[in-house]
Amino acid sequence: MKFVLPAIAASAALIAPGFAEARQITIETTLKNYGGNGAYVVLYVTDAAGKYRGTLWMAGGKAKYYRHLSDWQRASGGAPAEIDGVTGASIGSGKTLKMSFDLADAMIDAGYTLHVDTAVEDGRDNPSEAIVPLDASTSGKPVPGKGYVKSFSVSF
Amino acid sequence: MLRRFHSLTGVALALGLAVIAITGAALSVQPALDRLATPAIARGVSVAALAEAVAARHQSIDSIRKRADGSITVAFTDGDIAGVERVDPATGMGLGDYRASEFTRFITNLHRSFLAGDAGRAAAGVGALAMLALTASGMIMLVRRLGGPRALFRPIPGAPAQRWHGALGRLAAAGLLLSSLTGLWMSASTFGFIPESDAAIPAVVASAGAPAPVGTLAALKTADVADLRELAFPAPGDSTDIYRLRSSAGEARIDAATGVALAFTPATTLDRIQDLVRMLHTGRGAWALGLWLGLSAAAVPVFAATGFLSWRRRRAARPRIAGNVSARSADTIILVGSESNSTWGFAATLHAALTAAGHQVHTGAMNDLAPVHARAGLLLILAATCGDGAAPASAKNFRARLAALNDPVPVAVLGFGDRNFGRFCGFAEDVSAAIAAKGWPQILPMKRIDRRSAQEFAQWGHGLGAALGHDLTLEHVCEPPKTFALELVEREDYGVAVGAPVAILRFRAPGTGAKAGPLPSFEPGDLVGVLPPGSPMPRFYSLASAARDGVLEICVRLREGGLCSTFLHALAPGDLIQAFVRENPAFRPARGSTPLILIGAGAGIGPLAGFVRANQAGRPVYLYWGGRSAASDFLYERELARHLAEKRLTSLRTAFSRGPDGGAYVQDRIAADAPRLRELIRQGAQILVCGGRDMAQAVTQALDPVIRPLGLDLAILKSSGRYVEDVY
Repeated sequence: MKFVLPAIAASAALIAPGFAEARQITIETTLKNYGGNGAYVVLYVTDAAGKYRGTLWMAGGKAKYYRHLSDWQRASGGAPAEIDGVTGASIGSGKTLKMSFDLADAMIDAGYTLHVDTAVEDGRDNPSEAIVPLDASTSGKPVPGKGYVKSFSVSF
Repeated sequence: MLRRFHSLTGVALALGLAVIAITGAALSVQPALDRLATPAIARGVSVAALAEAVAARHQSIDSIRKRADGSITVAFTDGDIAGVERVDPATGMGLGDYRASEFTRFITNLHRSFLAGDAGRAAAGVGALAMLALTASGMIMLVRRLGGPRALFRPIPGAPAQRWHGALGRLAAAGLLLSSLTGLWMSASTFGFIPESDAAIPAVVASAGAPAPVGTLAALKTADVADLRELAFPAPGDSTDIYRLRSSAGEARIDAATGVALAFTPATTLDRIQDLVRMLHTGRGAWALGLWLGLSAAAVPVFAATGFLSWRRRRAARPRIAGNVSARSADTIILVGSESNSTWGFAATLHAALTAAGHQVHTGAMNDLAPVHARAGLLLILAATCGDGAAPASAKNFRARLAALNDPVPVAVLGFGDRNFGRFCGFAEDVSAAIAAKGWPQILPMKRIDRRSAQEFAQWGHGLGAALGHDLTLEHVCEPPKTFALELVEREDYGVAVGAPVAILRFRAPGTGAKAGPLPSFEPGDLVGVLPPGSPMPRFYSLASAARDGVLEICVRLREGGLCSTFLHALAPGDLIQAFVRENPAFRPARGSTPLILIGAGAGIGPLAGFVRANQAGRPVYLYWGGRSAASDFLYERELARHLAEKRLTSLRTAFSRGPDGGAYVQDRIAADAPRLRELIRQGAQILVCGGRDMAQAVTQALDPVIRPLGLDLAILKSSGRYVEDVY
């Protein structure tokens, strides 16, 4: 799937689809076989100063569970506008979410960081369970999360 | 309308609702089990102390949370291991890994989403709405049927499926209303129709100092573990992060260095409602309520089964009218007032004949009378009579509806009844009079049909055809009931000497010994319909035995010129008859151990003797019976003497009209026993009367002065099922 980032585009004017300086990134999130209901997984970006810049994807459609994604909630304020148009189904145990986004070139190697928060009903909440810099050096290298994420990778 | 809505909704959604209810009932046990496994948390331990004890055992703590099952869990990270463990709320000691039950998760998902994601969740939400509507409409119908909210806990008349449906319904209604309302709320909340929390969370700035040990933080020291919902720890290494402490009162944000509460967001009314709704639906935190809700839900599959049976019975009872056009486009309307199904059969014949003659015909129940019917050119009313001139089931609301109509329409009224009753076609007469009083034209004088006579019906058809200006031939064939063969095995004859022959006849299914077929199920007081040779019209007799007795027993008085009684009295053992059983649930002893007063005369003793015979429990039974002569027609004399000795019968009072001292009647015995009967009725006794119409009339007159001093009258006793009659 291919998506653009309206939130980041609006706030930072860093990306725009079809521009020559846009770069496609692919984010792959594979969950462990934790054996429970579908996990809520949110992918979001902070800048070099640690400031929240936008949400790439929210897997999980029920707003009443969003408070369990506590770092995202704290960073973004949790307003519905933050995830408008970038929301999908929760991710089942052992399943993989693979998504592509168009990011502005200027965001690569510029101190931006990709965060993953996860939460599962009757399980545990994992704020910032994986944090990966948007850095050419880490491209394609999977890292494990500390909670439900088995591997998490960003490829340019 | 309400009944239609209730049946169709119920039948359509029965399976889905049963799944939601059974899984709900299964889940309802969980809070009670959890309560046994996890005792309530005692007050007196601070959140700071618990957090300190837990933090001492782990490298880093993410959160401490109180789970829905009442246990306290800690999410921790030790190096590469991220785990959740249960802890002792008093000491913080580890109690092993926390893992939610896989089975409960499965049942929960089946309950809230049929294992089908959002589509399933939506379906479950619709199910909650349907359950709410079914419960409400069911209760409204039950209240109407029993005669008002105060009568809600009276015995319910009707077939067994109907009785179970109503009796369980009134017990489960409150639980089901609560479950469906709260379920609806939760469904609305899931789909975002109800905002999750409207609390404004203020921004706070942490002091960013070096984090202090968690056990020293002032705001956590004053918080009690018993009130804890969740304590989220700050992210390790992030000095700007804070502790978030949630309780039912709200959420506090606590500085990790100073231990000061930087902000407190109190729970809003909406938050409290959400908490309350969750508790009321799941029973978590209210285990007794949970069990009660579960019991109520467990009744839903029974509603589905009994409701389906009743619905099918009603559908079968009303014959399908082929080519029934809508009332709006019909030129002729046939309205049917019927207690059983027979009048509908005549309506179907009339409908077909009129349709063949080129009319656009609509047939409906008299209860459905509406202004649209007055726009048709002709209204034909086929009205049966229930008992002594009362409206039959499908015409109870007709008079009220008629009163509300103003546009006159030509009418013909046809009454169906039985000349043996006091007011032959009494209800049809009332209807005809009401129509005349409104000044509506009647194209034919009202005609009465005696005992479903096809000839009389055909005559009326000729008259109707003449009035309409064309031929109309009505050839009605009564649908024969499904009969089975019975073989007479034994007969006892009484009363020949006094000119009133009565026979006790015992039948069984044909075949000898083990080859004899089974009898259908019946109880004393039910009816057997006997088809005499040469007549399609069944005659009904009250049963004196139950199917488990192995014989079908009736008590038949020979009537002069009576086709069926003559036929039955001429039977010899080995002869066969064709018969069918009809339930008569209204004429049965109420359950329980309150006294029974049985009153009868002549052959009316049949079902009463059956009730005595079935009284194995030995409840007090007082039998009053009248005959002609102790020497000639004392029916069941020896058997009753045995029942007296076995305590199945408490007392027997007989009256013989040709007795030695000028004779007496059963009502004389009642008058003489007034004090005793009054005391029995005070104790809640039920009175069952069986016999001829004159005897029943005399009995009511004799009973009236007996019960007046109790502040009661027969109408009150009848309405509560404590005075029932089987009169012929």
